[in-house]
Amino acid sequence: MDEEVVTESRKETEVAPALVSVHPDGHYVAVAVGPELRVFDLIGGCAASLVDDSVDQPFHKDNIRAIRFGANGKLFVSAGDDKTLKIWSSQSWQCISTVSSEKRVTAVAISNDGLHVCFADKFGLVWVVDLNQPSRDKKPTPLLSHYCSIITSLEFSPDNRFILSADRDFKIRVTNFPNNPLNGAHQIQSFCLGHTEFVSCLAFVPAQEGPHSLLLSGSGDSTVRLWDISSGALLDTCEVAVKAGLLESNGKAEEHDHAVTNLCTTLDGLLVAVSIQSLRGIVLLRCNVSAQTLSVAKVVSIAGEAFIPTCLANNPLTRELWMVTGVSNLPGYNYPSLARVLVISGIDVEQEPVVLGDNKIPGGEKLLETLQGTASVDDNAFLVAAEAVKAAMCNLLIKKQYPSENREYRKKTRNDRKLKE
Amino acid sequence: MPETGVNPTHSKSTGLPRKRFYRARAHSNPLSDSHFPVPISPSHVDYSLHYPQFFPSSDQSDSSRKIQFADIGCGFGGLLISLSTLFPETLMIGMELRDKVTEYVKERILSLRVANPGQYQNVSVVRTNSMKYIPNHFEKGSLSKMFFLFPDPHFKEKNHRRRVISPFLLDEYAYVLEVGGIIYTITDVEELGDWMKSCLKNHPLFEPLTEKELEADPVVKLLTSATEEGQKVARNAGQTFQAVFRRIVPSDQIS
Ligand SMILES: C[S@@+](CC[C@H](N)C(=O)[O-])C[C@H]1O[C@@H](n2cnc3c(N)ncnc32)[C@H](O)[C@@H]1O
Repeated sequence: MDEEVVTESRKETEVAPALVSVHPDGHYVAVAVGPELRVFDLIGGCAASLVDDSVDQPFHKDNIRAIRFGANGKLFVSAGDDKTLKIWSSQSWQCISTVSSEKRVTAVAISNDGLHVCFADKFGLVWVVDLNQPSRDKKPTPLLSHYCSIITSLEFSPDNRFILSADRDFKIRVTNFPNNPLNGAHQIQSFCLGHTEFVSCLAFVPAQEGPHSLLLSGSGDSTVRLWDISSGALLDTCEVAVKAGLLESNGKAEEHDHAVTNLCTTLDGLLVAVSIQSLRGIVLLRCNVSAQTLSVAKVVSIAGEAFIPTCLANNPLTRELWMVTGVSNLPGYNYPSLARVLVISGIDVEQEPVVLGDNKIPGGEKLLETLQGTASVDDNAFLVAAEAVKAAMCNLLIKKQYPSENREYRKKTRNDRKLKE
Repeated sequence: MPETGVNPTHSKSTGLPRKRFYRARAHSNPLSDSHFPVPISPSHVDYSLHYPQFFPSSDQSDSSRKIQFADIGCGFGGLLISLSTLFPETLMIGMELRDKVTEYVKERILSLRVANPGQYQNVSVVRTNSMKYIPNHFEKGSLSKMFFLFPDPHFKEKNHRRRVISPFLLDEYAYVLEVGGIIYTITDVEELGDWMKSCLKNHPLFEPLTEKELEADPVVKLLTSATEEGQKVARNAGQTFQAVFRRIVPSDQIS
C-alpha cells in the first residue's frame, strides 16, 4: 500500500493535544488547542490580540500541532494540520508571514539567531524558511528527510550548529546546520539510537562548563535519555515511570500507559520536568551535567483534579512551570476545544514546588478565561480527554508492525532487573 | 541449516539452494513496513550470528573488526559471493527487503561454507528496509564500499522518492561511508542511470572516480557480471549505465 504515513486513519488522529509555550522573557503565555491560538500578555494582564490580515479567525483552519517562541523573543510560530506555518511578531502579534506546506506540519523550530524557521511535514521531510527573504509569502526549501517516518520534534542546538530531528522510528538525527541551509543539510553529525519506541520530545541542557550541550529525549518506551550529540553516545537512561513508582517492575501496566509525552528543562537544565501519559502531575528529574546522569528528584502530584498535562513550558524568570491539558474535538463533549492551564511555582533544588490554585495563578481569572476559553471546566471531560490523547498518540506513533520485537525487548529488560535484585 | 543432501529445496548435485523454491514477488514496496527485527543501534548487531568463525562468542568488545562492505538490495547475492573470495578478510553484508530472497541468500552462504571449509565466512545477509534502517546497522564512517546494483527503477515521477538513490538518502550513505569510501551504482534503465548519476554529482559529499581509477578498480568489473540481474542484462546484450563516486570532505571544510 502506498504512502503509509498519509493513510493513517484520519478519524483517530483527529483529536489534537493542547499545547503551551512561554515567551523567553516571561512576557507572554500561548496556548493552542484545536485550530485556536490564544495568547495572554502577563505584563499587561490581558489577552494579546493576534492580527492576520490574510485570513479570518481562526487563523488556522485545522488542528495546530506545534507552537513555539524563538530564543531571542522576537518571533512566534504556529503550524499544523491545515498545512500552513504562521510566523508572528511576538511583540506586535502581527502575522509576519504565512508559509504553505504540501503536507500537514508535525513540528517546528526557530534557529537561535532568529534567521531561519524549520518545519517537518507528514512525509518526514524537514523544510527551511529563510526569514531574510523579502516576500511575505515565503517559500520553504527542503532541508533533510527522515525516510517515510513521522518527525515528532525539531530542535536547534543552543550554539545553532546543529538541527536535531526525532521520529517515531526511535531515531534522533543530529545534522550540521549549514551556513547556507537553502542548499540542504547534508552532513549528519550523529544518530542518537537507544530508544525502543517512538521519540516524543527533545530538550537541551545548555552547556555550563563543557563545550557541548547535552541532549535529553523522552519516548514511548517510558524513559528519558541523556545524550552526547557530537558522538551520539547514550550517557544515561532514566526509566522515569519505574523510578517514579508508576510502574511495577514486573511491567504489568497497559502498553504505552507511561509514554513520556513532554520534557521541559528548568534552572538551566538542573531540573527537568517530565510529563507522562496517565500521570496526574509531573516528574522532576535531576540532571547532573558533570557526572552525566539523570535521576528522579521528586514527583509533583496534582491533587483534587484529573489533570494529566499534555504539554509543559518553563518561565525561566519566575521559576514557574506552565502546564496545559486538553484536546480539540473531544468526542461526546460540547467543548470544541477543551483546555485547562495550571502552574507549578517554586521549581528549585531546595524549595518544595507548589501547584498554584486558580486564585493564585499569574494573570488570574482573566488569564484562565483567555487561555482556557472559560474560567472553569467540567472535571470529567479531562479524563476523557486524556484517554483520547493517548489513543491518538498510539495510533499515530506506535509501530504495530513489531509486536514480537517489543515483547522481546521488554522481557529482556525485566530479566535484567530481576538479576540485579 | 541443512545437514545432509536430502533437503528438497537444495540441488542434489551441488548442495546449493535452488532459486525456484525462493521465488518471490518481483518488486516490493519499500514504504510499507513488515515484520523483521531492527537492531536498536549498530552496537546491537550480533556479529557472532553473521560471522561465527570471526566471532566465536557474542561478546564483540575485543574485536575492532567491523562490516566494511554493504550490498544494498542484494537480491540473490551474486555480488557478495564474488566479493567474498576477492576480499577474504573484509566483512560484508547484503541488505534485502524480500523475505524469501533473503532466506535464499542465507542458505546459499551456509551451503558454500559447508562445501568450502574456511571460505565465505566473511559474508552475510540481513532482511531489512535499507531506506529506513541504514543508521541502525552501521556506525558513522565505518563502510568503505556500498553497492547499488540494478535497483528497482520506480519510473513514475511520484514514485521517485521510493528510489534507493535519492538526494536525501545520499546524506545517510555519506554518513556511514568513510572519507574515501566508494559508492557503486549500475542499472540497465537509462533514465535511472541518469538520475543516480545526477544525484551523486549534485551532492557536496561525493565526487566521481576518474576513468583511470575506474580501470584500476577490480570491483568495477564485477558490476556487470557478478549479480543475477547483471547476468540477465548481459545475456540480452543490454546496455548498462554506471556511476561510481567517492565520499569526500566538502571543499568548504578542508583546512
Ligand atoms: C532488481 S533487484 C537487483 C538485485 C541485485 N542487486 C542484482 O543485481 O541482481 C533489486 C532488489 O532490491 C531489493 N530492494 C528494493 N528496495 C529495497 C529496500 N528498501 N531495502 C532493501 N532491499 C530493497 C528488492 O527486493 C530486489 O531484490
